Amino acid sequence: MSAQTLRTDHITMEFGGLRAVSELSLEVPAGSIVGLIGPNGAGKTTVFNMITGVYKPTSGSILFQGQDITGMKSDKITVQGIARTFQNIRLFQSMTVLENVMISKHVRMQANLFEAVFGLPRYTRASNQNYEACMELLKKVELDDVCNEAATSLPYGKQRRLEIVRALATEPSLLLLDEPAAGMNPAESLDLMDFVARVRDEFKLTVLMIEHHMEVVMGICDKIYVLDYGVTLAQGNPEEIQNDPKVIEAYLGAVDIDAKN
Amino acid sequence: MDKRKRSKNILTVIVLLLACILLYLAQNYLNAFYIRVLNLAAIFAILGLSMNLVLGFTGMFSLGHSGFMCIGAYTAAILTMSPASKELIYYMEPIVPVLAKVEWPLFPAIIAAGVVAALFGILVGIPALRLRDDYLAIATLGFAEIIRIVVTNIVSITNGSLGLKNIPSVNSIWVYWGCAIITLLILKRVISSSWGYAFRAIRDNEIAAEAMGISIFKHKLISFTIGAFFAGIAGALMGFLITSVDPTMFKFLFTFQILLVVVLGGMGSLTGSVISALVITIMMEVLRVVEQPIDLFGLTIPGLSGMRMVIFSILLLLVILFYRQGLMGTKEFNWDWILDKLKFFKSRKRGEAA
Repeated sequence: MSAQTLRTDHITMEFGGLRAVSELSLEVPAGSIVGLIGPNGAGKTTVFNMITGVYKPTSGSILFQGQDITGMKSDKITVQGIARTFQNIRLFQSMTVLENVMISKHVRMQANLFEAVFGLPRYTRASNQNYEACMELLKKVELDDVCNEAATSLPYGKQRRLEIVRALATEPSLLLLDEPAAGMNPAESLDLMDFVARVRDEFKLTVLMIEHHMEVVMGICDKIYVLDYGVTLAQGNPEEIQNDPKVIEAYLGAVDIDAKN
Repeated sequence: MDKRKRSKNILTVIVLLLACILLYLAQNYLNAFYIRVLNLAAIFAILGLSMNLVLGFTGMFSLGHSGFMCIGAYTAAILTMSPASKELIYYMEPIVPVLAKVEWPLFPAIIAAGVVAALFGILVGIPALRLRDDYLAIATLGFAEIIRIVVTNIVSITNGSLGLKNIPSVNSIWVYWGCAIITLLILKRVISSSWGYAFRAIRDNEIAAEAMGISIFKHKLISFTIGAFFAGIAGALMGFLITSVDPTMFKFLFTFQILLVVVLGGMGSLTGSVISALVITIMMEVLRVVEQPIDLFGLTIPGLSGMRMVIFSILLLLVILFYRQGLMGTKEFNWDWILDKLKFFKSRKRGEAA
C-alpha cells in the first residue's frame, strides 16, 4: 500500500464552458489531516463530489490506496472506504439517531432480503451485531443518550456530529468533511477540532476537510491546499499558507486596495 | 426490552387468532354480497400495501400498478381454467398448445401470477427507474398502458379484447384475507429490516443514501419488483373474485383508485393502507345510493353513474389540501405505540393518585 491514501492527478471538472476545478493535484498522506480552503465558489465541494463519484472528472485521475477510482459510482466508492459529510446537513429526517447510523451498516450486511423477511438466524445475528456496533459508536461520541430521538430534533452541533458518526459507521479509511464547523461559534468549532483529531486517532483515519474557520484549519491540519476559482493557489503546512502573499490577496484583497482604505 | 418483545409476540398471535375468528364468523354468517365486498376490500388492501411500499416507503411515484395487476390476473386465469372452457372461449384464435392443457391448483397459480408480474416489474423497472418523480410517473403509466395494449393484441394467449370467462370462482374469505394478512406480515418484515431502512433512506435523501454506500438503482428495483409481485397476486385474486378478466378492467384509472387507498391511509403506513382499503371499498358500495335517482324536496335528481367517483375525488382533494398525512400518517398501528399509550395512561393515573 502506498503512503498516500488519496492522490488526485491533474483532475479537471468542466460544466459546459465553466471550469470549476482546473488541474488539481492533491496528495493526502495516510493518517494526516489535510485542509482544503478557498473563497466561496472556489470549487472545493466540486472536488469532494469528484472524489466521491457524484461527478466524473472531465480529465485527470483519482487514486485511492493505489487503486484508480475515477468515475466509479458513489455507492461503490463508499464501499471502497471513502465516507463523507455534507455542507448542508443531509440526515434522514424520518429516522431516529440510531437508525441514521444503522443505515450505514446496510451495505456490510452479510444476509440477504429473503433471510430478513423470514427472520432466519443469519440475518438476526447480523442485525444484532450491527445494533451493538452502532450503539458502541454512539457511546464513543456521546450521542447514545439521544439514540431514540428523531435525528432532526437534535441541536445543530449534535446533528453535525451525528453526520460524522454516520460516515464513520461505513468503516472508512478516508473521511471527507465538508465544512464541519459551518455555523458554529468559536468555542463549538474548537470542540469540533478536538473531536476530529480524536476520531482520526481512534479510528486510524485519514481526513480531508473543507473549512472556512481559519483557527480550525490552522489548528489541526498537517497540510493545506488553497483553491481560488478552481486553480490551486498554494499548498503547504499552515505557517507557509499563512504567510503566502497570494493567499492573503485572495482572502483579503490586494495590498494596494487595502492601502487605500 | 426482551419482555416487551415477548408480550408483543403474544399480542400478535392473539390478534391473528381474533382475525381468524372474525373471518370464520364472516364466512358463516354473512350473506354472499357482504362476503364479496369484504373480499374486494382484501384485494384493495394488497394493492394498497404493495403500492405503499413503492410510493410511501421508497418514494417512487410509480403509476404502473394496474399493468402488473393485469399480468397477474391473466397468468392466474390461464393457469387455472379448465382445458374444456379454454377450448370454448378461444374461438377467434385457438390458444397456444403449451397452455391449452394446463390446469393448476389455486395457490401455485397465485404465486405464479406474482412471479410473472415481478419479472415484468424487473423488465419495466430497469429502464424506468432511471427516472424520478413526475417523469417516473409518466413512464410507468406509459408502461402500464403498453402492457394492456399488448395483452389486447396477443390473441392466441390472452384471447384479446374478448377477455377470459369461466375462471374458477373462489368465494372463500379465507383465501382473500389470508393473502392480505400474509402480504401485510411480509411487507412489515421487509420495511423493518435493513432493506426497509435503506428504502426509507432513499426516500428521505437520495444523495446521502448513496454516500452511505446504498446502491440507489438496485434498491429501487428491489422495492419496485416486490410491489409488482404483490400487484400480480392482487390481480390473480381479482380474476378469481369476478371470474372474468378483460383488458379494459386494467385501465390507468384503476391505478388512481389504488392511489386513493394509499393517500387516504397515509403514505408510509402499512396498517393505514389496510384500514383505508376497508373503508373505501365499503363506502364504494354504500355510496351506490347517490347514483340512483334521488327525490330531494320534490326535485328529482336523475341518477348519474360515476357520481361515487366524484365524491371520492372531492375526498382526495380535501385530504391533500387539509390533512396531507392521511389517516395514519407514517405511524403504524403497532404494539409499541399501544404499549406506550398504556404506559402513559398508567403513569398519569399514578401521578393523579399521588
